[in-house]
Amino acid sequence: MASKTKNANAKSWYIDNFFDFQKKLNGQSGSFINESRIEAIDKLKNTDFPTLKDEEWKYTNITPILNHEFKSPLLTGNPEINAGLVKQSLYTGFDSHLLVFVNGIFSEEFSDLSGIPQGVTINSLNKLIETDPDLIKQYFEKVEYINTFNLVNTAFAYDGFVVIIPDNVILKKPVQILYLTGHKNETVLSAARNLIVAGENSQAKIITNYRPVYDNTYFSNFVTKVFAGDNSVIDIYKLQNESEKAYHIETTKIEQQQKSIVNHHSYSFGGKLVRNDINVKLNGEFIESHLYGLYLGNDNQHIDTHTFIDHAKPNCMSNELYKGILDDNSRGVFSGKILVEQEAQKTNAFQSNKSILLSDNAHADSKPQLEIYADDVKCSHGATVGNIDETAYFYIRSRGVPSNIAKSMLIRAFANDVLEPVNISALSETLSHQIFEHLHRAEI
Amino acid sequence: MPEENKNNEMKVVEDLTQSEYKWGFVTDIEEEEFPIGLNEEIIRKISAKKEEPEWMTEWRLKAFRYWKTMEEPHWGKVKFPKIDYQALRYFAAPKQKPQYESLDEVDPELLETFEKLGIPLEEQKVLAGVAVDAVFDSVSVATTFQETLAEKGIIFCPISEAIKNYPDLVKKYMGSVVPYTDNYYAALNSAVFSDGSFAYIPKGVRCPMELSTYFRINAINTGQFERTLIIADDDSYVSYLEGCTAPMRDENQLHAAVVELIALENAEIKYSTVQNWYPGDKDGKGGIYNLVTKRGACRGNNSKISWTQVETGSAVTWKYPGCILQGDNSVGEFYSVAVTNNHQQADTGTKMIHIGKNTKSTIISKGISAGKSDNSYRGLVKVTKNATGARNFSQCDSMLMGNQCGAHTFPYLEIDNDTAIVEHEATTSKVSEDQIFYLNQRGIATEDAVNMIVNGFCKEVFKELPMEFAVEAQKLLAISLEGSVG
Repeated sequence: MASKTKNANAKSWYIDNFFDFQKKLNGQSGSFINESRIEAIDKLKNTDFPTLKDEEWKYTNITPILNHEFKSPLLTGNPEINAGLVKQSLYTGFDSHLLVFVNGIFSEEFSDLSGIPQGVTINSLNKLIETDPDLIKQYFEKVEYINTFNLVNTAFAYDGFVVIIPDNVILKKPVQILYLTGHKNETVLSAARNLIVAGENSQAKIITNYRPVYDNTYFSNFVTKVFAGDNSVIDIYKLQNESEKAYHIETTKIEQQQKSIVNHHSYSFGGKLVRNDINVKLNGEFIESHLYGLYLGNDNQHIDTHTFIDHAKPNCMSNELYKGILDDNSRGVFSGKILVEQEAQKTNAFQSNKSILLSDNAHADSKPQLEIYADDVKCSHGATVGNIDETAYFYIRSRGVPSNIAKSMLIRAFANDVLEPVNISALSETLSHQIFEHLHRAEI
Repeated sequence: MPEENKNNEMKVVEDLTQSEYKWGFVTDIEEEEFPIGLNEEIIRKISAKKEEPEWMTEWRLKAFRYWKTMEEPHWGKVKFPKIDYQALRYFAAPKQKPQYESLDEVDPELLETFEKLGIPLEEQKVLAGVAVDAVFDSVSVATTFQETLAEKGIIFCPISEAIKNYPDLVKKYMGSVVPYTDNYYAALNSAVFSDGSFAYIPKGVRCPMELSTYFRINAINTGQFERTLIIADDDSYVSYLEGCTAPMRDENQLHAAVVELIALENAEIKYSTVQNWYPGDKDGKGGIYNLVTKRGACRGNNSKISWTQVETGSAVTWKYPGCILQGDNSVGEFYSVAVTNNHQQADTGTKMIHIGKNTKSTIISKGISAGKSDNSYRGLVKVTKNATGARNFSQCDSMLMGNQCGAHTFPYLEIDNDTAIVEHEATTSKVSEDQIFYLNQRGIATEDAVNMIVNGFCKEVFKELPMEFAVEAQKLLAISLEGSVG
């Protein structure tokens, strides 16, 4: 009963807030995107937030999110940030095009848009709505949602990043998008709608980096859509470093056309409660999708990853590898579904989820699923949960290696499968360092 | 691959998937019937009919009242029309008249099937509904068995008798593994269960025979709401066989059985099931809905419960035999082969709940889907906070025959202890063309080749079945696939 009231309270909070939010929109209130905002808030009136009884939220209790009253930055005002914070928040060691957002709103001052090749769009959604609405309209027309948080996102998103690569263009430098979130006195809602479009034969690398402004409670709620055209190659690195008190929910929808390759890497370090949904539709033949993920939990962190791979056409390949390292009281949840439709013969689909528990109170849940309607396929999934390998540990210790170093070596080895495919070497090194930092363990 | 060969293979697959259940329903029986519908009065009447003590009646009524507040579960990957529970008849003691005077009148194809399965002549008669001749008195056979068992102190009788004769045991254990609040069908079963078996193996006794031979002959008609309770006391062992490889005739569409196993200190229970009920015709009409709750509790230290099942029949199967591993060092096992064809739907698997220390569980599940069927594995492995040293290994393989069917795997792993080691693997594939080609090369016909491959695929499970059953099960598989994929 209590949760029902909370559900209703949270809903009315967002619905009531929406009117104030609308008043602040000024120029944007007449745009096509505002129609979808109004539609989303209408839908929210008839949609409840998920509970533990919903199969997709069985292991993740979202009540803590409903307990807070999160406000759009248009209502709270944005904090002042300085160049120092931006600098220390960035991933460095490689050249990149840079977009910076503060609480989901584009900050031109700190972004670096110089040297963008002819025809490539790397910009803020809000700006493009003013300058070139036709370019992006087709991608934002419908209100689509897989969960209630997506509706909150659609209703309150003011901005977001847009990367559009035209046909036959190979973008040399990666694009780094920095989301800085937080407010000194308010619990802020950072909602953004992001778009990545890769034309035929194009290639791009995109890094999304989530960092706090203040180490306090806020709510990052994102929706990212990715369209991979024929023969395109997209590498996406999602590097989540939110505050330890923050809530982070993102839904990523990827649609791939024939012969395209998408590599999605997801690293989850920060956040109190984190939920990532990654849905991939393989909508052509000879597609490759690779999904890698590493989630690290300490304290009371709760990290939930849901993937859904829809093999709609024949001759495609998908490969998922998600690994969790869970310490203290943390909990890691993985649910992955592979659907092979009847038409999708000659599909190869693999999925693996491995977790190690480093403490008595750590907890892992795994739900790998296969749903297969075609007969000429090779599909497999595997899931393991355990502690670090005792024989390996003993072997290293017997060579005179101290206990903490021996454990670190094994942790690093465990993470290696996920780190290996990272093909920006400076990034790979930083991530390796971050693993030890986050787990408070000796670095090797 | 030469085109001809491929066509041949396709044909074999087609034939296989179209082979029909050759034995229909027999409905012409005389029954002692209650009116249609379900209410407290009916439950009181069932209870009175069975001359049950007051506490049993009360228990049934409690279950019924609880059932009324529940909703049917819809999470299974099975679809079937809504059951109108008020349109069913909840008590029908069958007074079955022999259908035939001698085996000569029985459909020769059915006899051939029996022959292939190697079922003894007398049993064939019972199964086919032939009047059992006077020389062979099944009751007397049963009595001989009863005597052997009684010598050892083993109680093995219908549960309705146990309620009357051993109320203390029944009171103590019934509903202790599957409480009536467990799920919709378990609640319904608790309210209206017709009959079933009760077995109690006393301390230190190793049951000298498989508790099945007897069962097969005598307890065929336990009705649609069967209830089984098996208790293995300290240091005892029992192997129990349920069902039969032979095609089962049955009049009831809905089957909601409950099976409870209790293994105390150092005890071991082995429970094997072969289920081959009417799966409906090839357009998916008719067929049994088999909605079963089976669970075993390893209460004592070093106890072991092992489930083995071969599921080939029923239109809808919804069944998850599980083990609650409470005792330290207890072991749970689950071995399953599920075959679906035409429009059959099976959603089956297991639950392994690790509670005691150093508990172990093994899950081996093999699903074969053909025709337009759907075959799902759904299982849970849960390691609770204090289950130090828990170990689980799960393997779920699916094989698809034809591109109209579905094979699904839905495992759940919930791990709350860092010393646990849990592994899950699942694969899905089809009968490999290379393997068929290889066997063809050696002069083995495609059909035989497929048979061989499928048998090899299921071998890990068959080897867990009691010897005679294993042989029957292999033959059953061959018959199911006859004229099909080979």
